[in-house]
Amino acid sequence: HGPYQPHEPGYGLYQPGYSPYDDQIPDPKSQTLAIQNAKAYLLKSSTTSGLNLYDHLANMLTKILDEQPTNAVDIIENISKDMKWAQFQKKMDTLRDEHEILPTFEAAEKRKALFLKPNGEGEEELEEEIGETPLPNVMETAFYFEQAGIGLSKDESYHIFLALKKLISVQPVQTCRFWGKILGLEMNYIIAEVQYHEGEEEDETEEEEIIEERGKEVDEVEDEEEKEKEYEPPVSTYKPPPVIPKEENGTGANKYVYFVCNEPGKPWVKLPPVTPAQIVCARKIKKFFTGRLDAPVVSFPPFPGNEANYLRAQIARISAGTQISPIGFYQFAEEEGDEEEETEGGRDTYEENPDFQPLSVAEMVDSLSAWVHNVQSILKQGRCVWLNPLQKSEEEEENEEDEKEEEPDDLQQELQQEIGPPLLTPLSEDEGIQNIPAWSAQPSTNLIPQYAVAVLQSNRWPGAYAFASGKKFDNIYFGWGHKYSPENHTPTLPPPAQGEYPSGPEVTETRDPTVAEELAFKAAREEALAAAEEEEEEEGTEEDEEDDD
Amino acid sequence: MEASSLPAALELVSGGGLGLSPEKRAVLWSSLLLLQRDYRFERVWFWGCIQGVHGAYYIAEGLGPDRAAPRSRLYSLNCVEWSLLPPVTNEMVLQAGQLKGRFQGDPSFEYEYTERNAEDAERLIEDGKEPTIKEEARVVATIEQIDRAVGIIPRGAFVKTPLGSVSENRNFEGLSLTEAKKLSSYFHFTEPVNLKNKTLLEKADLDPSTDFLDSLEHDIPQGSWTVQLEKGGAVVVLRSLLWLGLTFYHVPMTKQYGYVYFGTGEKNLDLPFML
Repeated sequence: HGPYQPHEPGYGLYQPGYSPYDDQIPDPKSQTLAIQNAKAYLLKSSTTSGLNLYDHLANMLTKILDEQPTNAVDIIENISKDMKWAQFQKKMDTLRDEHEILPTFEAAEKRKALFLKPNGEGEEELEEEIGETPLPNVMETAFYFEQAGIGLSKDESYHIFLALKKLISVQPVQTCRFWGKILGLEMNYIIAEVQYHEGEEEDETEEEEIIEERGKEVDEVEDEEEKEKEYEPPVSTYKPPPVIPKEENGTGANKYVYFVCNEPGKPWVKLPPVTPAQIVCARKIKKFFTGRLDAPVVSFPPFPGNEANYLRAQIARISAGTQISPIGFYQFAEEEGDEEEETEGGRDTYEENPDFQPLSVAEMVDSLSAWVHNVQSILKQGRCVWLNPLQKSEEEEENEEDEKEEEPDDLQQELQQEIGPPLLTPLSEDEGIQNIPAWSAQPSTNLIPQYAVAVLQSNRWPGAYAFASGKKFDNIYFGWGHKYSPENHTPTLPPPAQGEYPSGPEVTETRDPTVAEELAFKAAREEALAAAEEEEEEEGTEEDEEDDD
Repeated sequence: MEASSLPAALELVSGGGLGLSPEKRAVLWSSLLLLQRDYRFERVWFWGCIQGVHGAYYIAEGLGPDRAAPRSRLYSLNCVEWSLLPPVTNEMVLQAGQLKGRFQGDPSFEYEYTERNAEDAERLIEDGKEPTIKEEARVVATIEQIDRAVGIIPRGAFVKTPLGSVSENRNFEGLSLTEAKKLSSYFHFTEPVNLKNKTLLEKADLDPSTDFLDSLEHDIPQGSWTVQLEKGGAVVVLRSLLWLGLTFYHVPMTKQYGYVYFGTGEKNLDLPFML
């Protein structure tokens, strides 16, 4: 081979000075000089960045040879870029890292605190804990729900378990249950359903409210008496509809007390009891939860309360609609003289049935009548037990025999007692939406029917689930907290403007009479007066002359 | 989400309460691998699950060498046997957009829909087609809509080669914590719509190899994504409020990310009222 000719395939590949035969050129000095020049050029530092190409290439090749990535030639530009960035990050690193670490470390501290046993507890505490405790076995419930693919990760379930334990140690609770999780925009809510021991509730806030209301009424009466003497613009005849009182703590929609927290590890906050007005309004609006309990709920119709109240109202609605149990698990308590004690809304207490025989999973899944609701449904009024708002209070009811004061309102005649489905009605009575049944039932697995778990999903409240397996059952909710509606949500329109005055004939406008009509009217009147003149004396004529203007 | 990262990913996404039962999880691993072999996919993504009234559809997507090409979609009723779904057409999407209500759970169920336009109905009848849609078509259309609207990836996870094909970026080390909280660090993994409308100044800052998609910043309505840190700040979870049930997770400073859909397959048209 020698220098290639144009027609040979190797032509053009050899550059003068670099061909493999140049070492035969008898001038090694010029070659080493060339190499030194090349190296000096590579070692020249850049004016902008202070790096030089020689070091950069050396580092890059070292890195590549150390790591040996596949297809290094494809990513070599990226490797080069990364090396350059690494040069600069060292100086800024310490400052930046310290800022970034803080939020996650704090959260980790809180979670770790859950796992620590509080100080100062001796062996006595252990014995108490092993006995009957209101703490639910969250992990067991989570296991059953997991068979159906529902539930949080095991880590989160365990954290919630420990958080519930903390709640119980602080509050005097009789029963406690993990109700579920509601997702929000900024943060989520973890909700625990709790029932206090009887008589241990704090009624202080209620008493304060009642005192305030009574004080206001007294003031208003005094003001009215004074004002009647002075000239006043017409008083509005608008009477707001009577406020329906909320149900007592421990009954109806307020049967359970709910605690929420944003994340396990954060302190539990008690939700206030729910009022019927809040439930009625919550039915009309559809808003996402932000995750902050004091956030205002901006909506129309205006929601009477902040996010804590809205959350409580939705929890009440979801519980009333979707808390179910297998038929026969609960039964009505049998007492003597039951019929006399029945309140207007039906029975509202139940107890566990000691003779409960669980149905098989197949039966639980096939027919919806194997399940019953175990929470009272909420009436349109917003309460579970209907209350006539025009009967002021129980004390006044007793006085009615003496003083019969009933305001002659038209509304009163239209108010009829609202009756809802009684407690422990089977699910087969639930209405579906359009052609979708209210519940979908499935066994958790078709492959191993012996150990399958019956799982029910609610279609009315997407996110509400229930499972049953033998004697165990539970309900849970994971979702955004809204009811399902196939139609789009239409907000309520504002009410029509209130009439300012009643329109009667004296106020209605009529057309002005035309000239001809006026003259005819005048003529008719003159004839009438002339007729009267003949009957009366001369005094009538003088008055006529004055009236003709 | 990537089939290979299923177990870890499902743990991270389970904050919404919906997930897979152990039975499904166990079988998905092997059945997705077999899918990859049978259809010669390069990557298999477990897309998620659409809950019907009587059953559920489990969806998987297969990707070829160009990750941005239209993906093949498969569905299964039990995660064991998979069937290929027909490719989506615009007509399917339009028709399915008129349907409301839950999925039934039976792929051969036919919906009867009434055309708002009498002319269209006449045209259809002339063509010999009856005004019914099969649930299969509705499933395809819904998946396409969801992918187009809310299928997202972190910025820098994919690169566009000069030849136009898109592939994973092997140098992607994850977003930092501050970046991960911003909506602008996430892109829609679909044909960009807003990219051309950016001002020249903004375009100058873009890196054409990684910034070739729309970011989430300008999504309408604003606030249709929730960004939360879960597990004490270890995972960033984005949830879409437009399609309730779509969850995207990313562990900052690592390569783990993915999105999955667990829901009823219905668009949340009440979103403007709810915010």
